[in-house]
Amino acid sequence: MEAFWDTYAWPFIIMVAQSLLLLVILLVTIAYILLADRKIWAAVQLRRGPNVVGPFGLLQSFADLLKFVLKEPVIPSGADKTVFILAPLVTVTLSLLAWAVIPVAEGWVISDINVGILYILAISSLGVYGVIMAGWASNSKYPFLGALRSAAQMVSYEVSIGFVIITVLLVVGSLNLSEIVLAQNTGIGTSLGLPPSFLDWHWLPLFPMFIVFFISALAETNRPPFDLPEAESELVAGFMVEYGSTPYMMFMLGEYVAIALMCSLTTILFLGGWLPIIDIPPLSWVPGIVWFALKSFGVFFMFAMVKAFVPRYRYDQLMRLGWKVFLPLSLAMVVIVAAVLQFAGLAP
Amino acid sequence: MVLTGFFFYLFAAITVASAFLVIAARNPVHSVFFLILAFFNSAGLFMLVGAEFLALLLVVVYVGAVAVLFLFVVMMLDVDFAELRQGFLQYLPIGALIAVILVLELILVLGATAFDAEVALETGMPMPPIEEISNIEAIGLVLYTDYVYFFQAAGLVLLVAMVGAIVLTLRHREGIKRQDINVQNARTPDTSIEVVKVKSGQGL
Repeated sequence: MEAFWDTYAWPFIIMVAQSLLLLVILLVTIAYILLADRKIWAAVQLRRGPNVVGPFGLLQSFADLLKFVLKEPVIPSGADKTVFILAPLVTVTLSLLAWAVIPVAEGWVISDINVGILYILAISSLGVYGVIMAGWASNSKYPFLGALRSAAQMVSYEVSIGFVIITVLLVVGSLNLSEIVLAQNTGIGTSLGLPPSFLDWHWLPLFPMFIVFFISALAETNRPPFDLPEAESELVAGFMVEYGSTPYMMFMLGEYVAIALMCSLTTILFLGGWLPIIDIPPLSWVPGIVWFALKSFGVFFMFAMVKAFVPRYRYDQLMRLGWKVFLPLSLAMVVIVAAVLQFAGLAP
Repeated sequence: MVLTGFFFYLFAAITVASAFLVIAARNPVHSVFFLILAFFNSAGLFMLVGAEFLALLLVVVYVGAVAVLFLFVVMMLDVDFAELRQGFLQYLPIGALIAVILVLELILVLGATAFDAEVALETGMPMPPIEEISNIEAIGLVLYTDYVYFFQAAGLVLLVAMVGAIVLTLRHREGIKRQDINVQNARTPDTSIEVVKVKSGQGL
C-alpha cells in the first residue's frame, strides 16, 4: 500500500494540483489579455474600449463570460449534433493541452519531456480539426467555406513554422524547451565579452526566422490580418456562424489560449524565455516568471498592434506569402544555418 | 508496469474499436474521424514502447496533414455509401485474400523472431537503451549514414508523386489577369501617372 502511494498516488495528486494551478492562472491571464487586446485596439483607433464594467473595464471579460454561459445554446436542426458539440470541446482541449510542456521559469514546467517542441507542433497541428468539424457539422454554406479556408491556411503556415523550429533546433541541439531557453545564456553577446544579455538570444543570429515565425504564428492562430476563416465582410463569421452562447465562448477561449501559447513559444524560441534582459544585479534579482510574462506580453502587444494596423489579406495573397515567400525562405535558412554550424565548427 | 499494461489495453482496445468503426460508420466523414482516432491511439502505443519520436511524427504527419486532406476530399465529394456497399459481396473474396496474406506475413515475421534466437538477432533491430541516447539521435545516426540511399530514394519517390500531381492538374488558361507583385512594386509615379493640362470647358 505504501508503495502504491509513493509511486502512483502522490505523483498523480501533485501533477493534478500543478495542472489545476496552471489552468487557473492561465485562464485568468486569458481574461485579461482579451481585455488588453480590445483596449489596445481601441487606443489605436482613438476609442476608449470597454470601460463600464468595473474600474477601467477590468471585469469586462468576466461579465462576457457570464453572458455567454447564461444564454441558451442553439443547435441547428440540420446539424450533426455530436460533431457540432464536439468541435468547440476539441478546440479548447487541444489548445490547453499544449501548455503542459511550456516552461514558464527554470524548472517550472508540468511535464519536462525530451521532445517538447515536437509535442507542441503535433498538438497545434491538431487544432485544425476543431475548425473543420465545426464547419462541416453546421451543415451550412458559410461555415463550410470558412472551415475549408481555415484548414488550408493552417496547414500551409505549419510548414514554415516547422522549418523555423528546425533552425532553432539546429542551433540548440535539443528538442527540450528548457534546454532551448538555457542555450540562449551564451551567444553573440557573451562571445564579445559582455555579460549574458538580450544579445545572446536567438532573435539576433536567426533574425529573419524570428519575423517569419511571428507572421506564421499570426496566420496559424487565425489572427488579423490573416483572419480569413472568419472574414466578417464575406463569410459573416466563418466557421462559427451557427454557434452561440457557451460553445461560441469555447471557440473564443481556444483561440486566445492558442494565441497566448504562440506568444510564449516565440518568447521561448527567440527571446530567451525566463532569462533577464541583462544578467547584472538589479535585473537578475527579478524572478524568471516575471521576465517570461513580460516578454510574452510584449509579443502579445505586437499581435494586438498588427490587428489594429494591418488590413486583411486577400486569400490568394495569403497563400502566396505562405508557399512562395516563407517556405523557400525558411527552407533556405535551414540549409544555411546547418552549413554555417557545420563549417564554422559551432554545431552543438 | 501495471500502469503500462493498463494503458496498452486501453489504447489497443480503442484502436481496434475505432478501426472497426471506420468501415462500419454510415457517414464517410465519421469514418475519417474514427480513422483519426485510430491514428491517435496508435501514436499512444508507440509512446508506450518508448518510441516518442515516431509517435509524435505519426501525429504530425498522419493526423495533422494526411487525415486533413482525407477529410477535405470526403467532405467535397458526394460519396454515396449505399452504392458502394452494393458491391460488397463481390469484393469480399479479394479483401479476405489480402487479409489472410497480411496475417500470414505477420505470423511469419513475429513467429520467426519469437522461436529462433538466431533470426531474432539478425532481423530484429535492437533499440538502443533510452538512458544512453534519445530516440531522435538514434534514428538520426542511422538514417543519414547507413540508410542514406534508401532515404534519398524515398525522397525521390515523393518528388515524382508531387511532380505528377502538378503535371496532371496544371493548366495555363488564356486571358486571365494575374497579379505580379514585383511589377506592382516596381511602379513609380513616372511610369504610371501622366499629367495632362486640360483647357477649361473642354474634356480630354
